[in-house]
Amino acid sequence: MKTQVKWRMTAAAVTASLLAAPALAEPLFWSTQAKPVEESQKMREQVLAGFPGGVDYQASDEGPWLTRMQAELQAGSGTIAVLGGLHGDLSSLGAELVDLSGIDSAGVGPAMMDLGKLGTAEQKYIPWMQATYLMVANRKALEFLPEGADLNALTYDQLIAWAKATAEATGGPKFGFPAGPQGLKHRFFQGFLLPAYTRSTVTEFRSDAAVVAWEKFRELWQYTNPAATNYSFMQEQLVTEEVWIAFDHVARIADAFNQRPEDFVAFPAPAGPEGRAFMPVVAGIAVPRTAPDMEQSKALVAYMLQPETQIETLRATNFFPVIATDLPDDMPASVKAAGPAIAAMTGAPDALPALLPMGLGDKGGQFNQVYNDTFERIVLAGQDIREVLDSQAEVLRALMVEANAPCWAPDAASDGPCPVN
Amino acid sequence: MSETTTIRRAGNRVFIAGVALLILWVLLPIWLLFVNALSAPAEVTGFPKRIIPSFNLDSLSFFFGFSGVIDALWNSVKVASVTMILSIGVGAPAGYALSRFDFPGKEVFRFLVVMTRAFPLPLLALPLAVMFIRTGLDDTILGLALVHTTLALPFAVLITFSLFSGIPLELEEAAWTLGCNRVQAFTKVILPLAAPGIAASAVFAFVISWNEVFAAAVLTIENRTLTAFLLQSLDVSPLPLKFAGGAALVLPALFFIFAVRKYLFAMWGIANR
Amino acid sequence: MPRMLPYLLLLPATAFLGLFFLYPFVQVAHDSVMRNGAYTLENFTRMAGHWKFSTAFWNTMLLAAVVVPIQLAMALTMASIVTKLQRGRSSILYIFAIPLGISDLAAGLIWLSVFEQSGFLNSLLVGLGVVDQPILLLGYQNTWVIFIAIVLAEVWRATAIMMVILVAGMGLIPKEYGEAADVFGASRWQKFRRVTLPMLKPSLQTALILRVILAFEVFAVVVALGGTQLPVLMSETYHWQFQMQERGVAAAFAMVILAVSVAFTILILRLLHVPKGARV
Repeated sequence: MKTQVKWRMTAAAVTASLLAAPALAEPLFWSTQAKPVEESQKMREQVLAGFPGGVDYQASDEGPWLTRMQAELQAGSGTIAVLGGLHGDLSSLGAELVDLSGIDSAGVGPAMMDLGKLGTAEQKYIPWMQATYLMVANRKALEFLPEGADLNALTYDQLIAWAKATAEATGGPKFGFPAGPQGLKHRFFQGFLLPAYTRSTVTEFRSDAAVVAWEKFRELWQYTNPAATNYSFMQEQLVTEEVWIAFDHVARIADAFNQRPEDFVAFPAPAGPEGRAFMPVVAGIAVPRTAPDMEQSKALVAYMLQPETQIETLRATNFFPVIATDLPDDMPASVKAAGPAIAAMTGAPDALPALLPMGLGDKGGQFNQVYNDTFERIVLAGQDIREVLDSQAEVLRALMVEANAPCWAPDAASDGPCPVN
Repeated sequence: MSETTTIRRAGNRVFIAGVALLILWVLLPIWLLFVNALSAPAEVTGFPKRIIPSFNLDSLSFFFGFSGVIDALWNSVKVASVTMILSIGVGAPAGYALSRFDFPGKEVFRFLVVMTRAFPLPLLALPLAVMFIRTGLDDTILGLALVHTTLALPFAVLITFSLFSGIPLELEEAAWTLGCNRVQAFTKVILPLAAPGIAASAVFAFVISWNEVFAAAVLTIENRTLTAFLLQSLDVSPLPLKFAGGAALVLPALFFIFAVRKYLFAMWGIANR
Repeated sequence: MPRMLPYLLLLPATAFLGLFFLYPFVQVAHDSVMRNGAYTLENFTRMAGHWKFSTAFWNTMLLAAVVVPIQLAMALTMASIVTKLQRGRSSILYIFAIPLGISDLAAGLIWLSVFEQSGFLNSLLVGLGVVDQPILLLGYQNTWVIFIAIVLAEVWRATAIMMVILVAGMGLIPKEYGEAADVFGASRWQKFRRVTLPMLKPSLQTALILRVILAFEVFAVVVALGGTQLPVLMSETYHWQFQMQERGVAAAFAMVILAVSVAFTILILRLLHVPKGARV
């Protein structure tokens, strides 16, 4: 008899543990950023530790991140309190996000707050942290710089000459570009290459100036390591020295500086005839309509904007604050190297900021695909530039009409969908 | 006489060489994984790579010192164990039925079982997650185990089917004539012979559940499994940590297969042990 | 009662699959024929008309066509070796089965570390003096080299799946048949072909079906080694579902994977048909 009771109790305990969903007192911060284990750990232990009651920070790949959020929305209830993601991640969820205009965000610049509206009248997300793309060079490559070139004020022609000289001296192509599956190459085309030659991202997509831009890139590609189609994080190739000059996101080159700070130097992206185009990356925080405790979620959003939190976030993720604040001296090497380069780029006399796409909703991925396909067809498959641009412009035009998205900087504002001339 | 022994000896040598080659083929990449996991970070990104690691424990100790790793490990073990029990408990009877009986709907059922494995899980994850959230199975060990069992069922059903098909019906019939009822004949005669099939199903169920990452990432948040915890962040981590994480993930599965390996051979009777 | 017995035995599995597979599957299949609330085949036309579709489709087919036969031969060899051995058989079986425990992401990682420019293969070649500088193996200009690398990685990773099933099945072949063949003077190869293989048919069927189905879903290793250069059906499914946010087209891709798997399953069932009377 006693053993029977014991078995029943064990069975009950086992079932309970199998079915246990632990009670959540901490809000769930569901994010696509700070994915590496050590970054997530820093988020939990340093950045979010100051929030009363603590925060459960969980980082995911885009696929599960989106699937989980969609499942909670469809089911009508969920555990996610706050969403963290890049502008592109959040723009696909626009309609399901709660208006956050009530939160004090005085320190954030108006251009960024505008991005957070996602093309609507409501504040769908609050900018959380920002980054941009930079160029990095191994100091060994500096001796091959062309005559009279200023590292902090290069042009694309000078960059091509430099890559060529380095390749010839070392016997192999040494320029690196994140053309791999998780590489952010589409942002390079949208925000750096094309605006530098055409002063636009969308409207002048198939102009003659755009043809020149792609011709220049094709030239640069000759000196690019052909394994670039596998590269997603240039820090790896920089450290193994497979690549000596690279372009990539600030957070994806950080490890090179942290491992060997003396060997690398960061510098601004090059300039084209129309200016030194660059695109900021913005990550935002939002609250989904299925959040279990709205007040707690909004309090967490406000907490992320405080200066101390922003500085700790920088230490943890290599993403810079969105509010104007002084940085203390004990920053990691990657921040110390990237900071001045970013300042030189954004403050350059010919600086030409290109904003992230706005108002595309869930068509953002397809928008990016237009630029990726253009790259693959022109540069990898070697097809005729004029033909490719014309046929891709058709796709782009149809997409802008379907999304009904007006133009954004650097394109001039438009009535109705952004035209492709 | 001596010629045949020479031929046999040469044949033996070829055989042994072949076995050695296969063993090398299987073990070398695993060795390389551990070389990278046990090397200092600078060596992992350096060139040329060396074949002997420097037994630097930085990367590995980083992983094991990570808060939450032990809990995640334990969650993975729980999910995999439940998956094993469920998939064999549900799959073996089905395999038996398919092998012994002829009935309408047999081919349809076989097809259904096969189809489940032929459809990408990440697409099914969304409706499943909605269903789980609505029924309260969300973020539970049992919930994830149910999804993993669905993945492992085709293996359990088909493998037990092929094993049961290889056991002559005469053996069962003999047991019946000797006084066993159906259940006794099954447990005393068939089950021991089919044990390799059960063992193989158990191995697959464990390994499938252990290595599954997408459903685990969607369906578990507090009760994260080790794969959801580590594998996701691996692709954005620095290279040395990728290998350390990969090695850390592999070890428990290797231990499990080691524990079960004997049972993959038939026990007695038809083939000797 | 005996009439109902098979159905009773099947009931748990059917209920399981009905609830956890059919129910979500019907929803996704429904997505594949819906667009903006109307029934349409537009998802399929969009999928088929996309310039990457036929590349992805034929890449997947070609990869499966090359990898699976190699794996079948290797699995049969390994299973025969293990069954034949007297001493150390469980250790060697364990060694052969080790790749089962490796997830496909980890396998992609390992083989990338072998083939990349600063990887082990190049280290070996440079160390032996065969080349002075590391050679670029995975460049996008040599897609066939990437293909071979993927074949090697997949053969290494997934052969154990078939081997374990075949070992379990081989154990049931009565020794008497082999001994009878020996008495009649059959060579080893004849014994294998005439005795072992036919008796292994049910296990062969299972092993092939399962392996072929998984081969059409190959993904992580291809992405690790080939980057964006070798699209396969599964990588396109992911791409359309999560980056392009087109659930319908992703579902269409999944239906294609399913259709191909079903077709080949039928083929294998026909080719390896186990006639009723021939059961031992």
